[in-house]
Amino acid sequence: MRIGVFVCHCGSNIADNVEVARAAQTSLLYPDVTFATDMMYTCSEAGQSGIEQAVQEHSLDGVVVAACTPKMHEPTFRRAVERAGLNRYMFEMVNIREHASWISKDKEKNTRKAQELIHMAVEKLRQNSALTPKYFEINKRVLIIGAGIAGIQAALDCAEGGLEVLLLEKESTIGGKMAKLDKTFPTVDCSSCILSPKMVDVSLHPNITLYAYSELEQLSGYVGNYQATIRRKATYVDWDKCTGCGRCMEKCPSKKARDHFNEDLTRTTAINIPFPQAIPKRAKIDANHCLKLLKDKCGICEEVCPTQAIDYNMQDELVTAEVGAVITSTGFDLFDHSKYGEYGGGRYQDVITSMQYERLLNASGPTGGAIQRPSDGKEPKKVVFVQCVGSRDKSVDRPYCSGFCCMYTAKQAILTKDHLPESESFVFYMDIRAPGKQYDEFTRRAIEEYGTRYVRGRVAQIYPYGEGLMVRGVDTLMGCQVEVEADLVVLAVGAECSKEAPALAEKLRISTDQHGFFTESHPKLRPVETNTAGIFLAGACQGPKDIPSSVGQGSAAAAKILALFSKDMLESDPQVAQVNLPRCIGCGKCIRICPFGAIQEVQDRAGQPKAEVIETVCQGCGLCEVTCPQSAIQLNHCTDNQILAEVNALCPPKTEESFE
Amino acid sequence: MPAQDRGELRIIGFLCNWCSYAGADTAGVGRLGQPTDLRIIRLPCTGRMDPLFVLKALINGADGVLVSGCHPNDCHYSEGNFYARRRLEVLKRFLPVLGFDARRFEYTWVSASEAKRWQSVVSDFTEQVHNLGAGPDLARASS
Repeated sequence: MRIGVFVCHCGSNIADNVEVARAAQTSLLYPDVTFATDMMYTCSEAGQSGIEQAVQEHSLDGVVVAACTPKMHEPTFRRAVERAGLNRYMFEMVNIREHASWISKDKEKNTRKAQELIHMAVEKLRQNSALTPKYFEINKRVLIIGAGIAGIQAALDCAEGGLEVLLLEKESTIGGKMAKLDKTFPTVDCSSCILSPKMVDVSLHPNITLYAYSELEQLSGYVGNYQATIRRKATYVDWDKCTGCGRCMEKCPSKKARDHFNEDLTRTTAINIPFPQAIPKRAKIDANHCLKLLKDKCGICEEVCPTQAIDYNMQDELVTAEVGAVITSTGFDLFDHSKYGEYGGGRYQDVITSMQYERLLNASGPTGGAIQRPSDGKEPKKVVFVQCVGSRDKSVDRPYCSGFCCMYTAKQAILTKDHLPESESFVFYMDIRAPGKQYDEFTRRAIEEYGTRYVRGRVAQIYPYGEGLMVRGVDTLMGCQVEVEADLVVLAVGAECSKEAPALAEKLRISTDQHGFFTESHPKLRPVETNTAGIFLAGACQGPKDIPSSVGQGSAAAAKILALFSKDMLESDPQVAQVNLPRCIGCGKCIRICPFGAIQEVQDRAGQPKAEVIETVCQGCGLCEVTCPQSAIQLNHCTDNQILAEVNALCPPKTEESFE
Repeated sequence: MPAQDRGELRIIGFLCNWCSYAGADTAGVGRLGQPTDLRIIRLPCTGRMDPLFVLKALINGADGVLVSGCHPNDCHYSEGNFYARRRLEVLKRFLPVLGFDARRFEYTWVSASEAKRWQSVVSDFTEQVHNLGAGPDLARASS
């Protein structure tokens, strides 16, 4: 075998802390290495063509590149090796940047580490064999979980691209957080006026099947061939018959049900349509408050319903669907401000969240758009906005910036002045973060044209004072304590991961960061992909995001899926398990242990049971390989011999005995 | 030249591609300084981890072996790390029977985002192995 070793300087990233040329030179001492060199930027065009050239000039049949993490450029170099006429699996990558030069400045030790890692890769490569991918058919249907603005955008884009879409929403209406907003920044246009047409498009699009009030129960399979189980929660109303006329809501005597849509500012009826523009506009019964379901009394809605849609015996229903890709756009939850005891811990009625204030401002909200404080319904004269409640605060485990609170606070201050021209608004802020298009101009407008008083500092305490509240804080620019008497305090609560996110991540086999937001495949270059093929992210489930960014990600995820589905067959990764038939004793342990059902029992010509790997289903975890008592099943490109070759390269066997 | 001569010991790390390997990358991106003794072998999953790899490494003279994978429940292949946990726990209890100090082997869970945790896992384990010193020279022992 003839192996070529290419050691990358990565500019100064590696060369500063590793003697690159020396590492390349010593590689020539390892078995089968016939060519070694160092390169400035191996991933550049010059670097890649250098590899191709070397392969041809020196008749190489294996290539080792020592550079950055394989997660970055392994596919790049595999393609280069393939262009040079080799099989793409006759390639090994050594990570001497993230795992060496970036974690230590000791050049001597780093160089030795690089040398040993290269030696290990060379020994592994000597055991490599050419692998060829298989092709498998895919199901071009998309499952989108969460129908807020990101999910809606993704669904419409996929549907327009000709794909069948299943859109799941856990609430009884789509629209998500955006449907609750009054206006959007920085244009101050009406949120529902720009959202509702899209919601209607979703309901009318022939390619979109909407599952409202449904959740993902289970997902199995792999890219192109997922099986989803969807739980359609019982609404106690037959939605095929319900017309959304609302007569049941008028007559329902149980009026103490929680009004999630209005952020609990008010109570609603047990049978309920969340808001007039709801899609689908269908009634749903809250089983915790329905007198019929709780005590078997009442039954009025059944009597008044003109289409006999009420069904008190309805049960949850499980539906299965075959899909090829999944977008999760499950959004975020708002920080629970009761963790801040100094702001009343939720005890003061007139200390409300920004989303509750949004409902007060909204013409379809509980007050019809009149700003009335919850305690006595009076119009507030002085409104104090407190920013960064549950953002940038390590003491409540929310060290990150939620990104959009500065902007919506400026918007709410402007709207307050529009609604109540006599009112005064104060904003306590840490820094104003307004990096979007027209964003900074917008906050300037709130200050300069609308006379909002911005006070730079944290609020230390809010306590009842007379008929209102006293807000005590610090003005760090003036260097003094300030006290503001307020009629209403609005807390700009930050974003946190949705409560269901960790459980959903488990079902989708994707990972979350330390705060529960889903992790993208690469923070810069693969922002909507996950590390699980065929599962994509959109919107605030990946991290706090405003509407334009969520819409952008929804479209981006849709574009990724359209590109994925532009092929009729997908290439399977050939790094799969392979059975050595003569060694297989047909015990079936691998069949039972495989998490993907990728191994089946077959009979050989003598009628003996044998294991057989379904190559397109196998995901290459290698669990079967360790389980096999005969070592009859081996994972291509990660065989026992390949791993042991690496171990032996680092720690050569000291005795003559063979343990193989 | 053997590593021991320069104050380094030979430590092999078997890392899951999906979490700990990426976590080590994240630690590198964050320039979180670490001891240099560790040499990493990338595996698709800790479920691929045959306990015999650990023994082979120790018999061949490795001074320490570290296995790191995804937190329980977070396995990319849904359940590989549960099998790894059982196998490696048994191995850890079995090592003294074979004459190895069980402190030369550790297994742990580090996710892709836990760069700081990775830094402390590497630092602590390297220190632990250094406190034990170089491993027994089996070649000399058997001759």
